[in-house]
Amino acid sequence: MVDTDTSELQAKEKVEVASSVEQTKPGRLFTPAVDIFETEKEIALLADLPGVKTDGLTIDLRDDTLTLTGEVKPFKGPDEEDILIEYDVGNYYRQFTLSEVIDQNKIDAQLQDGVLRLTLPKVEKAMPRQITVKEG
Amino acid sequence: MIVRRISFPDFGWRSTFTDLERMRRDMDRLFEQVMGGTYRPLSAGVFPLINLTEDKDNYYVRAELPGLKAEALNISASGRNLTISGERKISSKGDNVKYNRREREAGSFNRIIALPGDIEVNKVEANLSDGILTVAIPKAEAAKPKQIMVK
Repeated sequence: MVDTDTSELQAKEKVEVASSVEQTKPGRLFTPAVDIFETEKEIALLADLPGVKTDGLTIDLRDDTLTLTGEVKPFKGPDEEDILIEYDVGNYYRQFTLSEVIDQNKIDAQLQDGVLRLTLPKVEKAMPRQITVKEG
Repeated sequence: MIVRRISFPDFGWRSTFTDLERMRRDMDRLFEQVMGGTYRPLSAGVFPLINLTEDKDNYYVRAELPGLKAEALNISASGRNLTISGERKISSKGDNVKYNRREREAGSFNRIIALPGDIEVNKVEANLSDGILTVAIPKAEAAKPKQIMVK
């Protein structure tokens, strides 16, 4: 199903990460725009990461914290001089706390055209146990 | 603005000037905070935001268009202008889905960029990879810088 929304896109400045994370590498750090949605079985996350290649992307899930880091290599040629700069180029960083238990072995990640699609399957809930009370 | 130098008090004008300068800088800083980043008076505020650079032979226009396919993009050049238009579609996920966050936007766009010099309209090349569009626009022979020999 395709969304038939044809409204005009608005220009938006990239959002810089608030400096709670200390960086060892110089350069700016941006927050990618994401969509997160869930069904009964899984949580899906879509993130806009223009300029990030597969080898520059790190997805880290530890306990209930999901961390996305995307490295962007500068693509400007050596002899190029700036005329008009409307957006800055930098790496991406975003962290989420997951409220559901995720099945670590079934996580699926795809990066295509600068968009990451991450599927996080939920662990099947423990079956409710019937407790029988015996007469004693 | 009329500047009356003669009647201006001789004392303390320098401190007035520095006060003004400080106020101006404070305003700039405030602006940066409100705008959430670097204040850029040159930005046209039209999607997509572009970076325009040049070297000896070409102009380069770059834009971030994540999730766009080459077919969804329309680029044309005429005169000194480059037009980028297209539509970004985000498929909906059905009815059984609950959204936690929805920040990515869909919609159409149409932007015209005036280049600072004459260009070779027929030799413009565009490339879309990893969500970054790069358009290389060769400069017209007359617009290229010439090395002048001194005899």
